[in-house]
Amino acid sequence: MQLPRRLFAALTFLMMSPLVLPGGGTAMAQAPKPWEMAMQPAFNSIKERIIDLHNMVLVIITVITIFVAGLLIWVMYRYNATKNPVPSQTSHNTIIEVAWTVIPVLILVVMAIPSFRMIYYQDRTPDPDLTIKVTAHQWYWEYTYPDNGDISIESRYIRDEDLKPGQLRLLDVDNQMIIPVGKKIRILTGSTDVIHSFFIPSLGVQRYAIPGRTIETWLSADKPGVYYGQCNQICGTDHSRMPIAIKAVSEQDYKAWVAQAKKSADAGPATGTRLAETQTQVMAAARDIAPQGVQR
Amino acid sequence: MAATTDDHAHDAHGHGAHGHDDHHDHKPGFVTRWLFSTNHKDIGTLYLIFAVIGGLVGGILSMMMRAQLQFPGSTIVADGQTWNTMVTTHGLLMIFFSVMPALIGGFGNWFIPLMIGAPDMAFPRLNNISFWLLPPALVLICIGLFMNESGSGWTLYPPLSNQTYEAGMGMDCTLFALHLAGASSLLGSMNFITTIFNMRAPGMTLHKMPLFIWSELVTAFLLVLAVPVLAGAITMLICDRNFGTAFFDPTGGGDPVLFQHLFWFFGHPEVYIMILPAFGIISHVISTFSRKPIFGYLGMVYAMVAIGVVGFVVWAHHMYLSGMDVDTRAYFMAATLVIAVPTGVKIFSWIATMWGGSIQFTTPMLWAIGFLFVFTVGGVTGVVLANAGIDQAVHNTYYVVAHFHYVLSLGAVFGIFCGWYYWIGKMSGHQYPEFWGRVHFWLTFIGVNLTFFPQHFLGLSGMPRRYPDYPAAFSGWNYVSSIGAYVSGIALCVFLYVCYRTFTSKAHVADNYWGEGATTLEWTQTSPPAFHSFTELPRIP
Repeated sequence: MQLPRRLFAALTFLMMSPLVLPGGGTAMAQAPKPWEMAMQPAFNSIKERIIDLHNMVLVIITVITIFVAGLLIWVMYRYNATKNPVPSQTSHNTIIEVAWTVIPVLILVVMAIPSFRMIYYQDRTPDPDLTIKVTAHQWYWEYTYPDNGDISIESRYIRDEDLKPGQLRLLDVDNQMIIPVGKKIRILTGSTDVIHSFFIPSLGVQRYAIPGRTIETWLSADKPGVYYGQCNQICGTDHSRMPIAIKAVSEQDYKAWVAQAKKSADAGPATGTRLAETQTQVMAAARDIAPQGVQR
Repeated sequence: MAATTDDHAHDAHGHGAHGHDDHHDHKPGFVTRWLFSTNHKDIGTLYLIFAVIGGLVGGILSMMMRAQLQFPGSTIVADGQTWNTMVTTHGLLMIFFSVMPALIGGFGNWFIPLMIGAPDMAFPRLNNISFWLLPPALVLICIGLFMNESGSGWTLYPPLSNQTYEAGMGMDCTLFALHLAGASSLLGSMNFITTIFNMRAPGMTLHKMPLFIWSELVTAFLLVLAVPVLAGAITMLICDRNFGTAFFDPTGGGDPVLFQHLFWFFGHPEVYIMILPAFGIISHVISTFSRKPIFGYLGMVYAMVAIGVVGFVVWAHHMYLSGMDVDTRAYFMAATLVIAVPTGVKIFSWIATMWGGSIQFTTPMLWAIGFLFVFTVGGVTGVVLANAGIDQAVHNTYYVVAHFHYVLSLGAVFGIFCGWYYWIGKMSGHQYPEFWGRVHFWLTFIGVNLTFFPQHFLGLSGMPRRYPDYPAAFSGWNYVSSIGAYVSGIALCVFLYVCYRTFTSKAHVADNYWGEGATTLEWTQTSPPAFHSFTELPRIP
């Protein structure tokens, strides 16, 4: 991976592009793309709504910016000292002043209505199919499945020297979070040390992971595949080395995985998946100490 | 700035401070004049020099950061902790040791008395201490940097900033530096408020005050109300770190989110503290070079007051993802969107001031027009971020970095350069070289847009901020951004050359070298103004 990168950015892009294509071509992988200029595409209704609203706002702000830039260019052209040697002394015009106060208010109201709807939709889901506890640590993630006998996975980044062909540097992890495709999953974030942020751009979900409180939100994935994210709140020296990878699998595959994970957890903690007794206790302890309860 | 010293060369016999009021261009000796300064112009000069130093150190840090981010996997910066410390120091230096000293301490001290027709500030010695608190603060910040122990980001969120995760004394130095800088701002702003309320020339009612004075007045009120909250939060953090309290520690019944509320109750007004004085400068420059009075003066005044008031009730839009109740988020979203309205009024009023004018494209006017454009871009992306729903997908990403650099690193800094080119002849008595001023503007304009515009793309695509290393997919726009940063770095060197040329220039400028468009009181004074100006108060009709 440590290729000498002394070439123009376009060449870097060409060199990198094979790495971001899904390895093997079977499962879809949703990661950032080189030279991407827009939001990562949506793979659930949350992100679809975010993109829809963002597209609307983007049109509004682009029109406003072009309008302002156009006015600037016009006044620079029409009212420069050579073209207009005698300046007018107009300094008031009530109608226009009222107009440029009221029209922006109307634009904001138009924008705010869908925006308010969306935050209530994003906030949490009333009927989750599954709950996953996301516990952040310096510098790895731990995913606990209370509905499946408290299976617990620790998920760490892959060091450069251990990267296999097709794996994405600083995005792929050793153990992915496994979720059933299409199900509504309640996410409860927490932390045992500093503040982190659980962020998956393509699923449009993000919440801080704060010690001493549990924050609830939800996500779902419409298609099988791997969805990548990264820790998004400064958390110490390896802040950039705690990526998130969520693998959405079919219902049967999910059940098979749960059975397998439980079995290896019973077999002992050395297999990579284990019962997170200590972590559960830490979470419980944190709840007892700071009785904020479940925060939305 | 330093050019005033050649006037004092032939005056160097006057060593004692005593009796210097007798005839008005009698200046005290070097130590008395510059270390024990009580003259608003000298203190303003000290602030401006200080801001250049702070900006250069912060700028060197940004060049190092962009070099690290030019390619993925770079090792220019040793590790994440060093990186985080640089990020923290860059932010704090630019805010507290560059933009604020320049816009508030520098131009504020220089031009508040000159524009309201007062002989000096109300409390000259208070003015002196408010400056001299800053150099030790800068030293402390740099200790935090060199000890590599302030890696919390400028937002200082605990637990990362507490004893467990940032054990060293460097973090305490950084926190104490903020105490000093905060005390400096508080003293300075009390001085500003008293001066503006009590020392205006006869006939200058509040509604006849120049817009720059209004902007400094609103800024001073924001400082008086916001800085004590920061001081409280930092005191609690220092106690958590050193004296066993647990204000922000959940294992002792505290709450890390409390710090976020306190910090942003200060932190959001702080961003208006940085931009409002720039608004004031831009108003004067646009009016001067359009040779027209400002359009909608009262609207401009009350837009600033409205921004100041609403700026205090929007703080938690920085915390949409901190687990706040959804109704609370809805409120903060609505309040935040409201701020776009007075800001829009200001932008349109500036354009209306140019409309029908007779515009001269001097260097300060170029900076002012550049400001209007970049501030609009930064403002509209603020509207995007205000939407809590969209924020969920771009919070803490490079989109945010691009947004606040467009309004501050471009907006406020364009305001500073605008003021510098507008007033340097007045302050030093020497004019800047017009050609190199334009080179400076265009290089900066191209450089900063090249740096920060691609960061919108990185943010939308999901690149988190405060990352020293990133997945390969982000390499393209990061490369472009770094090239832009180098162009801005070259522009900064051009600025230093402009300073050199200005201060070594032999030509002297007239009292009102901008002509009929410049109507405020400072243009009735000589360039540079006498050591004691307005010994006779002007009357405003």
